[in-house]
Amino acid sequence: MSAFAVHRHREFNPRRAAASSLVYALLLALAVLYIFPFLIQIATSFKTDADAASNPISLVPEMWTTAAYRRLFLNSDFPIWLKNSVIVTIFVTLGRVFFNSLAGYALSRLRFRGRNVVYGGLVAVMSVPMVVLLIPKFLVINQVGIYDSYAGMILPLLVDASGVFIMKNFFDSIPVSVEEQARIDGAGSFRIFWSIVLPMARPALVTIIILSFQGSWNELSHFIVSAQSPALTTLTKGVASLASGQLSAGTQYPIKLAAAVIMTIPVAVLFFLFQKKIMNSSEGAVKE
Amino acid sequence: MTMHLRASHRAGGSRRAGSGLRHGESLAGWMFITPMVVILGLFLVIPVGMALWVSFSDWGGRGSPFSSGVEFVGLNNYADVLTGGGLAQQDFGTSLRNNLWYVLLVVPLQTALALGLAAMVNKRVLHGRGFFRTAYYFPSVTSTVAITVLWMFLFSASGSINKVLSWVGINGPNWFNDPDGVLHTVLGWLGISNGPAWMENADFLGVSLWDWISGPSFAMFALILMAVFTTSGTFMLLFIAALQNLSPEVDEAATMDGANAWQKFWKVTLPQLKPTLFTVVTLGIIGCWQVFDQIYTGTQGGPGKTTVTPAYLSYSTAFNNQQWGRGAAISFVLFVIIVVLTIVLRWAFRERPLPRRQRRYYESLVAKKKEAQR
Repeated sequence: MSAFAVHRHREFNPRRAAASSLVYALLLALAVLYIFPFLIQIATSFKTDADAASNPISLVPEMWTTAAYRRLFLNSDFPIWLKNSVIVTIFVTLGRVFFNSLAGYALSRLRFRGRNVVYGGLVAVMSVPMVVLLIPKFLVINQVGIYDSYAGMILPLLVDASGVFIMKNFFDSIPVSVEEQARIDGAGSFRIFWSIVLPMARPALVTIIILSFQGSWNELSHFIVSAQSPALTTLTKGVASLASGQLSAGTQYPIKLAAAVIMTIPVAVLFFLFQKKIMNSSEGAVKE
Repeated sequence: MTMHLRASHRAGGSRRAGSGLRHGESLAGWMFITPMVVILGLFLVIPVGMALWVSFSDWGGRGSPFSSGVEFVGLNNYADVLTGGGLAQQDFGTSLRNNLWYVLLVVPLQTALALGLAAMVNKRVLHGRGFFRTAYYFPSVTSTVAITVLWMFLFSASGSINKVLSWVGINGPNWFNDPDGVLHTVLGWLGISNGPAWMENADFLGVSLWDWISGPSFAMFALILMAVFTTSGTFMLLFIAALQNLSPEVDEAATMDGANAWQKFWKVTLPQLKPTLFTVVTLGIIGCWQVFDQIYTGTQGGPGKTTVTPAYLSYSTAFNNQQWGRGAAISFVLFVIIVVLTIVLRWAFRERPLPRRQRRYYESLVAKKKEAQR
């Protein structure tokens, strides 16, 4: 920016100042609109049923109560849902970190017959809309005999095409010289991958971890078509059944909202921990 | 850079170790991609083939779809849905109507809002930029299930939204239980409660033309607002990235030319954002045609089937009614819709040379800018 432009900004200009405060007012009003629903959610989860129904906006409960949370943890299947979501999320995240980077590395660096065909297939697979796959996935999971098991819930999610793509793009962008030295020293491909490439790939791996964690924690449709027994219900499926009133008669909003709050906490923590990374990675994805 | 390094790698590899290493690399390559090929093949590629077969069969959900009792029924499942004239066709037509209104409202709203937010947040001097970006983006990372639960509370009959509406004297609708179309309701206020005979009598896919223009139901409208709430943040980030890549020169030149902020945005900034606009609109439309989680969690297609979408219809036809062939057929029709829309969009946003007047304007801007620098 030239000095000329900077000077223009410093100069006090009443019209500019008015426009600027208008923008702030608008941004602030919108921010309130985006945040307020979550505050209502938290506040309502500590209210009594009657309070929630009669004061749907107030952020301060008439009488603070943790009844909703106690009911969820002590008197419902909620702990089972939580446990299942944790199990699935851990396995899927670990699987994706390993398999996505393995495949991404091979597609980027190793030369083998059929690589271009596999790469073309990967791009094609990425363009298939997930919702179209609900029935098809059930058919195969059922046919293979892993319906209604952790295997059926976890295995199909262990690799995701877009994650492989991210890893391949990352490896394309880093120089090959270090690995070459190791190769000359006689290290095998897996050895090079494990002890040289993976540690270098940390930034991309963090992206994969964030996306996989968020993706599998929030996943609903795949668990609908891969399992049915109550013991294998995940948070998303369980809370969805709560929403349609399976746990209780009446509206019982505090319980439902308490469940939603707990469900939001892990992704919220992840979001605030990696805020910079998340914002920049979506920017980076577009820039390329 | 990478190209060069890779070339030297190739030369080095073959010279030093010869074919033995090459063979090892080939083996390693296949071993590395085997998990991916197996999992994506087994759970993405094969399923599509299997479902294609089911969509041409009368499989009822028992046993294997490849067992001998399952008959090939040709295009019957597709015909039921597209031309059958029965309930199946009517349900499909209704789901298309619902989803069409959803797309028509969500895509422009989320795109405009995302662009507006990005333009404001990207102002050169702005305090609290990080706070604003976080606030707008946060709804995008939370799960659809959790947000749907929250939304059902906010939009319940005596919920927060109606409370706010009551402050300004409006008696809010019973959102998630109101099957009336928004547009029909507005026409009703004007005294039009029935359509003209030609609209009532003619139908497309089993739904009368009058019902096609009902607008989204109040329940669907609440879900439309939810979609805008949860997606505008993601698209805002895409627009911010694009805005940061624009060269400030053109913008400054336009300022010197006497353009105000508003004119600059429409005539200078927006035309340069066309590629991002394409991405956002395409992703928006594709996402909108896949609405499933919020329907499954919140409304199960009700009230009065006004929130049934093709994706949900395909699921409930197969899993709840055990009509697997028909359900699979619906999902393939949906697939075709999405693919066709993507192609149409690509065509609509194709690179066109700028109209001569506009091009001359840009050239003059840049020339002026250069002159000023001298």
